[in-house]
Amino acid sequence: MMEITQVGFEVRGRRLLNGVSFEVKAGEFWAIVGANGAGKSTLVKILSSELAPTSGSVVFDGKDLKKYKLRDLARKRAVLAQQNTITLSFTVQEIVLMGRYPFYDSAPTRRDLAIVDMCLKKVGIGHLKTRLYPTLSGGEQQRVQVSRALAQIWEVDNGLLLLDEPTTGMDLLHQFETFQLAKEMTSKDFAVIAVIHDLNQALQYADKVLMLRDGESFAIGLPSAVLTDEHIKSVFGLPVRILHPEHVQFPIIVPNVTPALSGTSQL
Amino acid sequence: MLAEIERERDIDKPAVEDRLLLPSSTGKMAWILGFILLACVVFSACTGALSISVKELTEIVAFKLGLISTTSVEEQKSIVFWVIRLPRVCLAVLIGAGLGIAGASLQGLFRNPIADSTLIGVTSGASLFAIFVLMLNVKYFGMLTELAGAYSISFVAFLGAAFTTFLVYQLSKVAGEGGITTLLLCGIAINAFVGAVTGLMTYLADDQQLRSITFWNLGSLGGATWTSVLAVAPFVGISVLFMPYLSKALNLLVLGESQAASLGVNMKALKQKVIILATMGVGASVAVAGTIGFVGLVVPHIIRTTFGPSHKTLLVGSAIGGAIVLTLADTFSRTIVAPSELPIGILTALLGTPFFIYILWEQKRKRL
Repeated sequence: MMEITQVGFEVRGRRLLNGVSFEVKAGEFWAIVGANGAGKSTLVKILSSELAPTSGSVVFDGKDLKKYKLRDLARKRAVLAQQNTITLSFTVQEIVLMGRYPFYDSAPTRRDLAIVDMCLKKVGIGHLKTRLYPTLSGGEQQRVQVSRALAQIWEVDNGLLLLDEPTTGMDLLHQFETFQLAKEMTSKDFAVIAVIHDLNQALQYADKVLMLRDGESFAIGLPSAVLTDEHIKSVFGLPVRILHPEHVQFPIIVPNVTPALSGTSQL
Repeated sequence: MLAEIERERDIDKPAVEDRLLLPSSTGKMAWILGFILLACVVFSACTGALSISVKELTEIVAFKLGLISTTSVEEQKSIVFWVIRLPRVCLAVLIGAGLGIAGASLQGLFRNPIADSTLIGVTSGASLFAIFVLMLNVKYFGMLTELAGAYSISFVAFLGAAFTTFLVYQLSKVAGEGGITTLLLCGIAINAFVGAVTGLMTYLADDQQLRSITFWNLGSLGGATWTSVLAVAPFVGISVLFMPYLSKALNLLVLGESQAASLGVNMKALKQKVIILATMGVGASVAVAGTIGFVGLVVPHIIRTTFGPSHKTLLVGSAIGGAIVLTLADTFSRTIVAPSELPIGILTALLGTPFFIYILWEQKRKRL
């Protein structure tokens, strides 16, 4: 669905990304992990066509990303950015309906409005429909944005969902639900590419993981192969242990702190 | 919470009722405001040194249209209505609509409720060029006066508005990456510069010139004729007709520039369109009536508070709302100190401010 070949990005002589290559297939959930400033957000911006790569190419659905018209692109993929501040008092319904804008001309059809309702319920915020967006809590606002992105690609076949830290500010249940939703989308042949900070979540939900270090792809492949203790130590600089507890489906990554350090925290 | 998730096929079921319809409906608002505007137009046309009753007014109009063959209304009233009142009311409606819609769209573009047309240099540019004409008229603008007659000031003011806006826009492209913030900053910088030049001209002006400069800066619809109405109409008309087509893009801009782009908004094109359309409306208005502040700033705010922030409603509402406010303000400006006239710019601000503060206060009270 999306082939990324030797993508590099440079701004004022500073190299933010260099030679990143991977291929996203329909139905895959990709997690991009890496330390702060490793180039995760830059990569997402390139994949969403907000930035043009200074070298290499991104091919989306058999066509170079640069050759797409913005509106055509908007009908194939949705982007959820990191920050979503809105001060004007739009209702939640109006915000989610914005996801349908690329699909209708002047007035929304009944179907558009039905999709909005559907997506609100999918994210579990049907009851917030008539609330004003600025009056919601941070986590609720983020869920509204998730549901807007969902509304945008609801009817698309083989759509692409780009998420930059989608669960920021959400509580435990809604983090879980958001990832479940993303998994559900991949089962319908959507591709999801998400920047994820919590390595355990990446381990748990991702089909493939791309690990970035200083703008270069450090490791790439299956979560269990990429998220190993050596890799994590050299990318994040923190020694970790990977536990395989009984009765738990997934391995768990915990910081491997020295006794002295844990001793001081107990004091 | 997960139980809330429904099956997908629910979408196609006819079960989705009218509750799905959006609460803010543009049509309803347009009817309400349109009716108020009509009432204001009639009120304004009837009020003045020579009072015309509503009954006489209908007779005058019907007679002109040939619906009735004889009329008992005096000839004088008919002439006052057709030659003096009606063009003035039409001009007020046009200028109000132009200022209102430009204010609303620029606030949307800058994502800032305190933005208005002064920010992109329209007003200051028009002022500067008009003052040039006022100061140098006799000596250097003889040829222009010959060409454009009494409208030379308006013509040059419009050029000034367009030129300054163009300068601000180009500068924002050169100075930064062309983002909205750069545009805003360039607007402020150019405004300050143009303001300084205007100040210099004012400093050099003699008493007579100073008086005309001041009067021009305060704005007035006193010079309204059918010619000026016809000159302004196409500019404001295009602005009011085409701006609502940008409402979806302006709504998306609320999500931020990059999110809007990911939903298919071409930022560069949007910026150009909004600026060109706003400059047309405001430039033409300022050119014939001088600077009239406050309408472009406050009317969109009132509409937003009353009818919601969606730009489709907001743009249409601000056009009609601006027309209402300016028609009323003009009526007061020519009656309150009759037989003299108060500059309309003074009135809009004088009456607008307390009302605006009341709205803000009311808004806060509601939220608590």
